Amino acid sequence: MNRQKRRTGRRHPLATVALLAIGLVFTGGAYAALSAGTTAQAETDTTSQQTIDEGKKLFQANCATCHGLSAQGTDNGPSLIGVGAAAVDFQVGTGRMPMQMQGPQAQEKPVQFTDEQVKQLAYYVASLGPGPDIPSDHLVNGGGDAASGAELFRINCAMCHNVAGAGGALTEGKFAPPLTDVSGVHIYEAMVTGPQNMPVFNDLNISPEDKRDIITYLKYVQDNASPGGFELGSLGPVAEGLFIWIFGLGAIVAITVWITAKSN
Amino acid sequence: MSTASPTTDTQKRSFTTSAAVYVNERTSIAGFIKELGRKAFPDHWSFLLGEVALFSFVVILISGTFLTFFFQASMAEVHYDGSYVPLKGVEMSVAMASTLDISFDVRGGLFVRQMHHWAALLFVAAIGLHMLRIYFTGAFRKPREFNWVIGFTLFILAMAEGFTGYSLPDDLLSGNGLRIIDGLVKGIPVIGTWTSFLIFGGEFPGTQIVGRLYSLHIMILPALVIAFIALHLVFVVVHKHTQYAGPGKTQQNAVGPPILPIYAAKAGGFFFIIFGVIALIAALFTINPIWNYGPYDPSPVSAGTQPDWYIGFADGALRLIPPGWEFVWLDRTWSFNIIVPLVAIGIFIVLVLMYPFIEAWITGDKREHHIADRPRNAPTRTAIGAAGVTFYAGLWAAASSDILATHFWLTMEGVIHALQAVVVIGPFIAYFITKRVCIALQKKDREIVLHGYESGRIVRLPGGEYIEVHEPLDEYDRWRLVSFESYAPLMIRPNARGKITAGQRFRASLSRWFFEDRIAPVTKGELESGHGEHH
Amino acid sequence: MAQDDNSGAELAAADSSHAAHESDASPGTALIVQDAFENPGFPAHRPRVTDENPQREKRAQRTVYTLFYLSIVGSLWAVAAYMLFPMESNNAGDVRLNNLFFGLGAALALLALGIGIVHWGKSVMQDVELVDERHAIGGTPETQAAAVKVFTDADRESGFTRRSVIRNSLIAAIVVFPLPAVVAFRGLAPQDQLPVPLLSHTMWSKGTRLTLDPSGAPIKAADVTIGSAFHVIPEGLTDLEHGKLDEKAKAAVLLMRLEPGDLNELPERKDWSYDGIVAYSKICTHVGCPVALYEQHTHHLLCPCHQSQFDVSNHCEVIFGPAKRPLPQLPIAVDDEGYLIAQSDFTEPVGPSFWERH
Repeated sequence: MNRQKRRTGRRHPLATVALLAIGLVFTGGAYAALSAGTTAQAETDTTSQQTIDEGKKLFQANCATCHGLSAQGTDNGPSLIGVGAAAVDFQVGTGRMPMQMQGPQAQEKPVQFTDEQVKQLAYYVASLGPGPDIPSDHLVNGGGDAASGAELFRINCAMCHNVAGAGGALTEGKFAPPLTDVSGVHIYEAMVTGPQNMPVFNDLNISPEDKRDIITYLKYVQDNASPGGFELGSLGPVAEGLFIWIFGLGAIVAITVWITAKSN
Repeated sequence: MSTASPTTDTQKRSFTTSAAVYVNERTSIAGFIKELGRKAFPDHWSFLLGEVALFSFVVILISGTFLTFFFQASMAEVHYDGSYVPLKGVEMSVAMASTLDISFDVRGGLFVRQMHHWAALLFVAAIGLHMLRIYFTGAFRKPREFNWVIGFTLFILAMAEGFTGYSLPDDLLSGNGLRIIDGLVKGIPVIGTWTSFLIFGGEFPGTQIVGRLYSLHIMILPALVIAFIALHLVFVVVHKHTQYAGPGKTQQNAVGPPILPIYAAKAGGFFFIIFGVIALIAALFTINPIWNYGPYDPSPVSAGTQPDWYIGFADGALRLIPPGWEFVWLDRTWSFNIIVPLVAIGIFIVLVLMYPFIEAWITGDKREHHIADRPRNAPTRTAIGAAGVTFYAGLWAAASSDILATHFWLTMEGVIHALQAVVVIGPFIAYFITKRVCIALQKKDREIVLHGYESGRIVRLPGGEYIEVHEPLDEYDRWRLVSFESYAPLMIRPNARGKITAGQRFRASLSRWFFEDRIAPVTKGELESGHGEHH
Repeated sequence: MAQDDNSGAELAAADSSHAAHESDASPGTALIVQDAFENPGFPAHRPRVTDENPQREKRAQRTVYTLFYLSIVGSLWAVAAYMLFPMESNNAGDVRLNNLFFGLGAALALLALGIGIVHWGKSVMQDVELVDERHAIGGTPETQAAAVKVFTDADRESGFTRRSVIRNSLIAAIVVFPLPAVVAFRGLAPQDQLPVPLLSHTMWSKGTRLTLDPSGAPIKAADVTIGSAFHVIPEGLTDLEHGKLDEKAKAAVLLMRLEPGDLNELPERKDWSYDGIVAYSKICTHVGCPVALYEQHTHHLLCPCHQSQFDVSNHCEVIFGPAKRPLPQLPIAVDDEGYLIAQSDFTEPVGPSFWERH
């Protein structure tokens, strides 16, 4: 069929009309989506009190055991007054909270709530006291300067998270997690809130634009496979040494056995 | 062609013959070929491990030469302007920038760089495995003691080559490695501060070190490695290769395929295989991604900062020192947290280097040994080797204590404490277990020689008793199990002046330690009288 | 040297498997067993499949030349990959493809060639096994005697032993002659500097502002919130023309803010911090790695190289690992504009210990 069409070599008169229609649908759709976005934004503003109330219910059902009924903190969990929406979005949005058990540090788990519920919780906690907000999209979409981000990452982050974001060990069984599949929003929120034992990097230490650069670099590392081939976990010389002993020398020893075995 | 040749020979010559004659009349090579060409080379997989090292060194030389055409060993600061986006505009040394250019702007450059580095890791690993083979089969005994020393020197030179090369790109990882070397050198009593000052041409990091390491890396060290390899191989020719015990093999012969053609084909082919394996690894697996590490800067560091595997034991030794081993005494700082690991490693190296002479002194055996031992037939030597391996492995593992902690869900403190135990107590446990295992295996060998193999066939005797039929060994299989040497502990005897010296006592106690619980090979008499005891 | 001989008569004779040329070498404490088994000699030669079955031999030959042709394919593939996968600027993916395909071609060429040659040697070449005689490594007694004679003749003719003054002065001259070369190596380090003063001082001095690494922007005390960690360099470091890294290697500082109640400060250092803000050298006192892994709740600092741990709340004393000394503290204050400044240089040398340090 295709071949036949090509042989005629002429565009159907309706093609232009179809193209126009498609174009209109796309631009219209995009416009609709955009305006829907803005209206959605407006909706959150207007319905924020409702969101907060929903969040409060969720909080009291799921978090109050450790953090107290009004998030004032207990012996089992810190006060959440003033930690901001960013902290909640990070802790709950990565599954670290609610915690499964007390341990050296909260582990990443499958997320317990829907995105909407996470937002409700976040805005409830944010309503208790001023704190860092969830960052806007332009800061976390990876549109910054990767080179500047890489330099900042090496100075501020690599000693715990490894230069390639592969993670690393801390004291007494704690560890800095790998950043290889963490979303930009969560990286940003971690920097501003300092979850677990991570220090806080406020906007006067690393400016929002610098944070965007750091996320851009991490996105670059996530999106671009290593030019040299498989990365062996980006763990550096330990992985390389184990590889050459087990697979390199292992394969070669198998070959020596073949070379010296009597041919059959 | 050959008819036109002005030779006095009446017979016609082929072109190859004429060419050979032409060369020989100018080089006297015929004698050499006659001597070497049909030498027998014993065949066993473990005899090829040294070749793995040799061939990976050839790959290193070839790939390294290519790299020298592009690498610039300068620490002058430039702003990177190559293809790798996350480093664009970053200030770095010319050495780092040229290494990045090799990786991203020279076609095939990254491949050659990765081959060079993987081959270097393989080179040192192959030397290590080769040395273990020599040790555990006793192939270092007379007349090969010097060759053991030469080989071990090569191992150390290879590590030096590796470390100098690792430091050349001036990236963050290797820069922190040099920082550790600087701290290590400064901790040496008396000369440390000045030694570091001279090495780095002033304060750390300075602007000299990469150029200096480059001189060592591409001139002095490779020249030494090549010279020692040549010496090593000359001795292999002079001594002829060892062989394992087997029917027809004696201390006076060497049995195997001739060098020309079979051995040459196998070794020649093996060279290309090694080259190919390294190429395959370099094509598929990243090594030393300096673009992730970024340029050296004394402020940042990466989690999981480790040296290449062969320096790991030294780094691990530093990690295992408990807190507080540093004192100010006589107005000077005594850094035992550095002196102790350095001295411990130094003693270990000297013991390994001297081992052939120590064992020769204990046994007093002055004969040549060309038959390699099975490890079980020298239980004490094998056990000492296992202890040494455990010690080394403990230090080596300590160099990755943080990675062990994160990957096995342990605390790094726990890993360090466990490895401290491995390094201090582990060798004794390994010694004891290995010695018992060796002796048990020797006893099993005796059983087999005396009573034959278990055939797996159960027979009921007329009296109702069930027995398993044992098949006797043929004489060839038996020879493999009985042809080893057994030593008696040295008896203390007064010397000519009727005295027993302290040295004699010491030697006797070492000899007892070595040979007290030896197992002797089965003799003909034992087999005859042993027959019929069972079945 | 102790005696090699032994008490037991059984130990006296040489091993029967040692031939006459070695009979004088001592076996040491090796046991010489009288009724040991005898070497049964070589077993019968076992032919290979390719020796007996002409078809298998043909097949082996085919395999060998197929491998050689395959090797040619690999080489050509690598050349083609070199041209087909150029490295366009700014794209790491192109480098990956170039590396992968060029490398795979080269690997195929080499492996096929090597396996082909070995297979030829194993299966097609005649399966010959030779027996070489070994000879004593020391050579015959005549050769040894001749060599000894060469030396004695040379000694007699030169008078090396006899003319002891000449000989000894020669040895002395040979021992001394490398000295100038050794001295020349002094030039490895600058002539006009000494290491100890350099190691004892850093760029910090009274009033130097604490600035951010790498931008060099000054830091206000109010900017440092609790739980923060700032990576700090002295003001002016980024403007240095020479020795920037040398200075940074000594002056790098980590700035942290704790709850003032969590800080347990030494009495003489009470005024070295500012409202819970403390500044410590980032250079490990063990062998000099940057210690920058700060845990904001435990207040532990961890060195990633050798796992030394320092307790920031307890004036950075060592709580684990090979380091001995606490990290040096930089005394800080706040200037009129609210920026953090150093009160002075560090009061002790930073970084790894060295001999002259006390």
